[in-house]
Amino acid sequence: MCASNTGQAAVLRSALRKIGYAALVVLVVTFGVSLMLSLAPGSVAETILGENATPENVALLNKELGYDRPFIVQYLDWLSHAVRGDLGVSPITHLPVTEAILQRLPVTLELAVLALVLSLVIAVPLAIVSAARAGSALDRGISAATSVFLSVPAFVAGPVLIYFFAVQLRVFPALGWVPIEDGLGANLAAAFLPALAAALVEIAAFHRVLRADLIGTLREDFVAAARAKGLSPSYVMFRHAFRPSSFSLLTISALSLARLIGGTIIVETLFVLPGIGQLIANAVLQRDVVTVQGVVAFIAVTFVVVNMIVDVSYGLIDPRLRRAPAARKIARGRSRTVKPVQKKELTA
Amino acid sequence: MSEGLLLEVENLHAYIGSPRGVVKAVDGVSFTLGRGEALGIVGESGSGKSVMARAVMGLMPPRSGRTGTLRFDGRDLLGLGRKQLEQIWGTQIAMVFQDPGRSLSPVVRVERQLTEGMRRHLGVSKSEASSRALRLLNEVGVPDPERRLRAYPHELSGGMRQRVMIAVALACEPELLIADEPTTALDVTIQRQVLDLLRRIQRERRMSLMLISHDLHVVAGQTDRVAVMYAGRMAETGASRTVFDHPRHRYSNALLAATPSIEHVRHASLNVIPGALPSPTDPPEGCRFAARCTAATVECTTTQPPMAPIGIDHEVACFHPVHEKEGELVGR
Repeated sequence: MCASNTGQAAVLRSALRKIGYAALVVLVVTFGVSLMLSLAPGSVAETILGENATPENVALLNKELGYDRPFIVQYLDWLSHAVRGDLGVSPITHLPVTEAILQRLPVTLELAVLALVLSLVIAVPLAIVSAARAGSALDRGISAATSVFLSVPAFVAGPVLIYFFAVQLRVFPALGWVPIEDGLGANLAAAFLPALAAALVEIAAFHRVLRADLIGTLREDFVAAARAKGLSPSYVMFRHAFRPSSFSLLTISALSLARLIGGTIIVETLFVLPGIGQLIANAVLQRDVVTVQGVVAFIAVTFVVVNMIVDVSYGLIDPRLRRAPAARKIARGRSRTVKPVQKKELTA
Repeated sequence: MSEGLLLEVENLHAYIGSPRGVVKAVDGVSFTLGRGEALGIVGESGSGKSVMARAVMGLMPPRSGRTGTLRFDGRDLLGLGRKQLEQIWGTQIAMVFQDPGRSLSPVVRVERQLTEGMRRHLGVSKSEASSRALRLLNEVGVPDPERRLRAYPHELSGGMRQRVMIAVALACEPELLIADEPTTALDVTIQRQVLDLLRRIQRERRMSLMLISHDLHVVAGQTDRVAVMYAGRMAETGASRTVFDHPRHRYSNALLAATPSIEHVRHASLNVIPGALPSPTDPPEGCRFAARCTAATVECTTTQPPMAPIGIDHEVACFHPVHEKEGELVGR
């Protein structure tokens, strides 16, 4: 009714502003990381030449690689290539960084998506049961169990999982990666334990957030009104209560996904998986500045893009947020409790 | 009324657990509601009228309890399990809530909110349910109903939302409609329309109506009988006209006097009832209004006055009821 030109202009303005912010975030992150790397002692030349290299040789190699230039010149040089998709060549592996990332991306991506799906598949039903019986022994038991998952770090959960599933039960391989081309079954079997190890930590957070939001929603009048129609509690839960309660869950699961794509260093190292996490871990140890910069830029872009997708998808959950971009602020504010949103009326 | 009683409430108690103790929201209330009758329940905020509505419905919050007798159409409602209650909700007893901005699901289109109850209870096909939904929106005076069916609640005005909510409540043709402050959240100009709509539908469908409000003036014009509640107890019941014109309980009288009306403009200040509601967790002995009552005696603070007939279809729980003449002076 009031979708006028000013409305469309506002949408465009807000989209441009968002892209601007996103670019700024990536810029600040890559600059900060580059600065820290340049301040850190040691250099890639020392790694290449070995412990016995003379300072003269190290200085020579550094000059050859361009590391003798002022920091800001180095950064701007890197940036001008990076915006064109060229993240440089690793002086150690002599492989373009872009290629190294793309090589390892399928592993990390599969691991991340699988971990997210696993944690949601476990956490969402638990949260629904908890919220439906809030305060009961069952609810307290579930909360206690997920807290245990939260407080067990991956480097403990990983070996425990390996011990039970790989050593004792022998249902999953202990380590290593099987590419998807070598068979989906073998691939999934290899990915399952690392994904579960990465998922355990997420389960507690997902359970808590969704449980709290569901309990808030279940107190709303519209839930009582739906019950007053004689609809069953489970129907009301899924049809009326779940969607308005899933804002926080969407937000934090997107952040989890972005974090997982950034590489779960511990899990990848534990299970010996050739993913992004291992790439950056090795690069840091070898002072491979080019690779670190490239991976960091990639992770920053991933975060920013995932966040933008989340922003857009709020509207899919709640029709009230489809109109104005300003309404998304409501979604952010709503993330804890569901409050009545728009008092504005379209028709008298 | 001639067809007998639909709802009999006897000595109903509804308690709710809270961090500060057990709230005795409804503490021994009895009343009856005839078939096709409109009953108004009046009381200020905190008098327990909303909890009573929910207690009759059976929609109580967690950590709460009900005792007493609740007979609906001859069946004991308190003895029913969840599944049996779900069979009654919507088809026998339906409810309209205070704020339609909060009682309609924000993420579900109007059409589904109207049809989901019908589909469950009446087993009608999807297209049949849709055409019924359309007729319902027509009946409650929603213009352009085809378009409104596809709308989300936030796309409607407050008055329209409450009309939709009423249509939702009517969907499975209930015998009793409980309307809990249905106009409090609406613009003043819309309130009258919604009240008139409720009354019209109640008469057309020969349905029973329980209209809850804090405003005795609102209720008196729209109901056959009225019950005044104070601090979880009944103060006065009777024919609406009688209670409105000749309130006999000191509280009903004060409530009417506290409402500004056109005749009051020359007064310098509004009449207020001094004091506040007694503690809901630890109510005083005797009459609960005693502390705020101008006519209270020692007896009032020690003994709970029982409900006693004072006229034709008129009962009052007061040791020192207002004289009819006196009431006329203040109540008008």
